[in-house]
Amino acid sequence: MGGDLNINHLLFLAHGALWTVGLSAIALVGGGTFGFLVALGRVSSSRAVRLLAASYVQLIQGTPLLVIMFLSFFGLAAIGFNISPLLAAGASMTIFVAAYLGEIWRGCIEAVPKQQWEAAEGLALSRGQRMIKVILPQAIRIATPPTVGFMVQIIKNTSLASVVGFVELTRSGQIINNSLFEPFIIYSIIAVVYFSLCYPLSRLSRRLERTALQKKPALA
Amino acid sequence: MNAHSAPPAAAAPVVALRNVHKSFGPLKVLDGVSFTVPRGEVMVLIGRSGSGKSTALRCIDRFETIDNGEIEVCGRRVDDARLDVRALRQDVGIVFQSYNLFPHLTIEENITLAPHSVKKVPKAEARALAAKVLAQVGLEEKLHAYPEQLSGGQQQRAAIARSLAMQPKVMLFDEVTSALDPELTGEVLKVIEALATEGMTMVLVTHEMSFARGIADQVVFMHKGKVHEAGSADILSSPSTPELAQFVGTGL
Repeated sequence: MGGDLNINHLLFLAHGALWTVGLSAIALVGGGTFGFLVALGRVSSSRAVRLLAASYVQLIQGTPLLVIMFLSFFGLAAIGFNISPLLAAGASMTIFVAAYLGEIWRGCIEAVPKQQWEAAEGLALSRGQRMIKVILPQAIRIATPPTVGFMVQIIKNTSLASVVGFVELTRSGQIINNSLFEPFIIYSIIAVVYFSLCYPLSRLSRRLERTALQKKPALA
Repeated sequence: MNAHSAPPAAAAPVVALRNVHKSFGPLKVLDGVSFTVPRGEVMVLIGRSGSGKSTALRCIDRFETIDNGEIEVCGRRVDDARLDVRALRQDVGIVFQSYNLFPHLTIEENITLAPHSVKKVPKAEARALAAKVLAQVGLEEKLHAYPEQLSGGQQQRAAIARSLAMQPKVMLFDEVTSALDPELTGEVLKVIEALATEGMTMVLVTHEMSFARGIADQVVFMHKGKVHEAGSADILSSPSTPELAQFVGTGL
């Protein structure tokens, strides 16, 4: 046991960092797709669909991601469904991200002025056409800064996948630490890597917010 | 009514409200409103804020549903729950106080959107149509501008052009100059006057009394949800009820 931190350890950490990015990408794509449906469900004309989407959001937002991870990995295994750590982590992140992005995007859709809906209705556009041609393009502009900002949360939350044995950045750090016993150095390195992944996104989000504010059309 | 009975349509009014009632909760906004607008005529709805005039206008395009009474627009029963709302709105153009152009689209795209997606007019034809209606409102050079690059008056004229591109049988104007300063108001009113001259059937809610006097075939003065006084534009100069007298007195 013991020894010094060497290039192999750093390579192992880099590999873990790649999986952190990979899992974040899975969460963004999966959660984004599912979250888009949740957002549409939240503003649906059907009461039942609205209720279903709202219940989903409430349920997931009221459950810690860690518990979702435990449930999908250990819980499903206990009732006979053995799934890989990647699948468990990817599915948990997707479920979690969908609830939050769905709620963020619902707010963005509703932030498009009501008069835009009316104008589109007055022109005899169908509900689908109103959504796709008039409301969503405007909602996407509003949604970009908070979505980029939320990606920071996604990246940081992937660290919880370490508990189901998924070897991302945090887990690879734990593994190295188990042999080196240098927690201060190793977790410092890990913190720096997380920071360097997240900080550019925070900056980008803030810049997008500022430019969105400047370009805001002067509505009467 | 038989849907195929085309001949009497020539005589039938484009818009008819018969004893229309509507409440928002306990508040009665329309209390037995009736009026008819024959083809090619311009009707001006006036009244204080809260008199029900904007609600009456919005009922014509089914932006509000009514509690009781009948509304007939272009041969369609608007009060019928089974109404094909999108078909109605292809016949009825509406222009709002706040223009409501789509900010992410150019003026041309604003105008071609509905003809192309609703009426399936081919792109090239829709663009020609956009050029034509923009010329009608004097904005032909703004084809590729975005709404935010236009003044309020220009935006409102573009919104009128966008409605005209659907070739409606009747146009509704809901206080379309209320957000504009007097100078810009003039250019919008000129466009509406030109439409009247061309024989467009129109219903306008406006606070511009001198404009109303010049353009209206019929004036309807609404007060507390009722048609309080109605007649030709002359009622604005010689009102017979004290309420209208007071209204035009303060409105001038």
